[in-house]
Amino acid sequence: MPKTDSLQGSIDLLVLKILSRRPQLHGYAIMSAIKDWSGDVLRAEEGSLYPALHRMEEAGWIRAEWILKDTGRRARIYELTGAGKKQLAAEESRWQAVTSAVNRVLRTV
Amino acid sequence: MSLWSRIVNAARGDRLSREIDEEVQAHLEEAVVEGRDPVEASRAFGSVLRYREESRDVRLVAWLDSLRADAVFGWRQLMKRKVTSAAAILSLALAIGACTGAFRLIDALLLRPLPVADPQHLYVLTRQAFFDGRIQSFDGWAYPSFRLMRAAVKGQAELMAVSYAQRIDLTYKSDAEMEKAEVQYVSGWMFGAFGLRPAAGRLLTEDDDLKPHAHPYAVLSYDYWKRRFGQDPRAVGRTFRMGDDLYQIVGVGPAPFTGTETGTVTDVFVPATMHPGAVHDDWTWHRTLARLKPGVAVEPVRAKLNATSRAFEEERAKGFTGMSKQDIEAFLGQTLVMEPAAAGASSLQSDYHVSLIALGVLVALVLLIACANVANLMTAQAASRAREMALRVSIGAGRRRLVQLVLVESAILAFLAGALGGLFAWWSAPFVVRMINPLDNPARLSLPADWRVLGFGLALTLGVMLLFGLTPALRASAVKPASALKGGEDPHTRRGMMHALIAAQVAFCFLVLFVAGLFAATFDRLSHRPIGFSAERLLLLQTVAQRDEIPAFWDQAAEHLRTVPGVAAVALAGWPLLDGNDWDGLVSVNGAPPGPILAYFLAVSPGWVDTMKIPFIEGGDFRPPDTWPGVAIVNETFAKQFFKGESAIGQSFAKNGEPPCKIVGVVRDAPYRNVREAILPTVYVPIRRIDGHGVLQLMRGATFVVRTSRANPMALASILRREVPRARPEFRVSNVRTQAELVRAQTMRERLLAMLGLFFAGVALLLAGIGLYGVLDYSVLQRRREIGIRMAIGAQAGSIARLVTVEVFTMVLVGALAGLGLGMASVRYIEALLYQVKPADPAMLAVPMLTILAAALLAALPAVFHAVRIDPAAMLRSE
Repeated sequence: MPKTDSLQGSIDLLVLKILSRRPQLHGYAIMSAIKDWSGDVLRAEEGSLYPALHRMEEAGWIRAEWILKDTGRRARIYELTGAGKKQLAAEESRWQAVTSAVNRVLRTV
Repeated sequence: MSLWSRIVNAARGDRLSREIDEEVQAHLEEAVVEGRDPVEASRAFGSVLRYREESRDVRLVAWLDSLRADAVFGWRQLMKRKVTSAAAILSLALAIGACTGAFRLIDALLLRPLPVADPQHLYVLTRQAFFDGRIQSFDGWAYPSFRLMRAAVKGQAELMAVSYAQRIDLTYKSDAEMEKAEVQYVSGWMFGAFGLRPAAGRLLTEDDDLKPHAHPYAVLSYDYWKRRFGQDPRAVGRTFRMGDDLYQIVGVGPAPFTGTETGTVTDVFVPATMHPGAVHDDWTWHRTLARLKPGVAVEPVRAKLNATSRAFEEERAKGFTGMSKQDIEAFLGQTLVMEPAAAGASSLQSDYHVSLIALGVLVALVLLIACANVANLMTAQAASRAREMALRVSIGAGRRRLVQLVLVESAILAFLAGALGGLFAWWSAPFVVRMINPLDNPARLSLPADWRVLGFGLALTLGVMLLFGLTPALRASAVKPASALKGGEDPHTRRGMMHALIAAQVAFCFLVLFVAGLFAATFDRLSHRPIGFSAERLLLLQTVAQRDEIPAFWDQAAEHLRTVPGVAAVALAGWPLLDGNDWDGLVSVNGAPPGPILAYFLAVSPGWVDTMKIPFIEGGDFRPPDTWPGVAIVNETFAKQFFKGESAIGQSFAKNGEPPCKIVGVVRDAPYRNVREAILPTVYVPIRRIDGHGVLQLMRGATFVVRTSRANPMALASILRREVPRARPEFRVSNVRTQAELVRAQTMRERLLAMLGLFFAGVALLLAGIGLYGVLDYSVLQRRREIGIRMAIGAQAGSIARLVTVEVFTMVLVGALAGLGLGMASVRYIEALLYQVKPADPAMLAVPMLTILAAALLAALPAVFHAVRIDPAAMLRSE
């Protein structure tokens, strides 16, 4: 499976979903979560997560905050906004609709 | 994140990059903490740079970011060449400021609509006729004629009588507190027709303006209410005395409305029917404004008014005696014209209309010269940056981005200049208005700096930016990387445009110099015109009495003033020479019917001629008991005109309709009403006047002409002002002026034009010189290889100098000739502003031509020196 393309189109949904379960994660943690929870199937170039995060932040679905970690370094953590929750619901139902449609096609053909 | 935060981020792009980098760094460290290999983690991350750019573009407005980068870069470019940038900004600022200032004046005087309902439907009625070989227009109307005209177009248009604003004496309490106010007699219905609402009390209505001399009510302007009464609402209901009438203040007009006489802020409005001329067929004392009803065409209304006015004058002409048929025909041949008057109608407008536009054109030309300079500067810089541009194109910069890069630099220049220019305009426009009227009656032009002026300034700045920035920007972006990086393209293409700009600059400069020269010559001729009397040390006390008084009282007051220390002589006159008043009439000699030639009359006391120091040619002064009609003193022109070489002494003549009188003296000519017009036959008559029954007439007002023994007559002003009521308690000095002031006021407009014209001519010359210097210097720089080679093979300094200057001097000549053509073509627009100056006079043309050539030579010297000093060995070695 070519790893760069596997997240195409679904990264927003995944990030929103993860942040809805576990608020206040930094980028690395979000990426690890995607990797872990998908059983290491879904992965992409790790850097591509950041433009996506910034885009969602720009759209107002998530908000970011700098915190000081125990190591003394700063980390940028993300959490869902109200708009993000609505977006998550919309994305989820869209995803369901698409997958079930794809499944129907796979079953019939 | 909002658009705002994206804009803010664009303004601090570096910080944003650092933040993104920090986040990426944290990611990689986290990976290491997790036990991953740093090299593997960074490989798994992908291209840090690429993701950073992607994130940046998400988090800021990309075009703004590039604009910011260009602005920073452009600023650095400008700061690199501080002197040239400052020169460019200053010259542009001066030009933009001058243009904006001129616009402020033109807008305030000629363009800005009156603050009334539908100003675009407002017209002013004038009569035009062909007199003295040119079309002349008269804006004065007689009230009875106005009433007929108003009735004739009822339903289609509303006509309003509006007198010229006059400074009139009025008193609120006792006569000791007499003060002056700008009074305008207006039709009562004007306020309603203009849709105005009172700020206090009520405004005048049609009911206040029905019968002559029956409605002594007044409305104050808001400005006057504020100035005189501190916005006290109790001012409404107060009374004041003006002449013999007691007026009651009934209300205050709305704040923005200052009357229809643009350039004068009216203080007091009174009904037109209160004017003493309202019942006279032959007093033309007011303008007529017309407000068309919506949807009514101008021409039918005009035709109807014209017919009514003509019928009125025909009726009146039946009563004319002693006028030739021809003259009556010419008089009746006037046509009525309706001109748009959205901006009001005033004498300041007609006096300064052409002058202001001429000045506006001059400063616009200066602006174009400045733009050409900066365009050449930018072109030269673009040339020296050709390699940089080529490099940018090679590494993938788009054309648009390059245009933006150069235009942003131009924009910085333009906006810095625009801001400075705005300050200059803010200061300069009121300065010019102050110069328009330094006398006791200063022009008051409201000069709001509002969106109109701001919009003009901004549009001008943008226009200027495109004008000087666009061509260099397009050129820079059209760079061909291959040839530019190889060592330069053909330099002549650039120089072609620069040379064309030089020609244009010289042409404009010539035009500015030429017109300024005409103005300066006009001022010079006018101010050196002999005035025939001595204006120095003359103080003029305009005096009024509470009621008509016998002449003996006036003599008594004059006698008292003679005893004041420092007073050398005192005489009385109806009014001073050159104050704009006149009294004229036709003259018949030896019982013949009166000729067509107009003569001026002035009532003076014995001793006036000597006080004015007008020399007698023949005969002598009046004796104290002399009266008018009876005897007269005439000027030289009168004697020549009517007695053709014979001695005028003892001859008799009659003013049309008056008994004959005998000439006792002939004096040298002196201008009567203004110094521009030809001297008319002038008659000085005794101020003591008798009516048909030989009864001495009473006098209400006159001017004491006082010659002081000290040089500054104004030093005596306050003493004499007090002494007049001490001599006769019923007398008040209402105005003190000096004769020298009146003489200076005659050339006010010419002085203004000459001064500003010469100033801008200097600026234009300086800018054109700098431009020329810059282009020559640049071309020497570009051709230094060629020059080096020529010198190496033996070219003489002379031929090198010729080489670098010949092209440019051809352009200078071409430009000067073009300027000459422009000058000759434009001169007819300003002819009305000139006095005894022939535009085609070789001197008027030679002076600007020589000045420009001299400036060009001077500007060429440094470049020529530079060229012949090139050391061929060093030059060729460096290449």
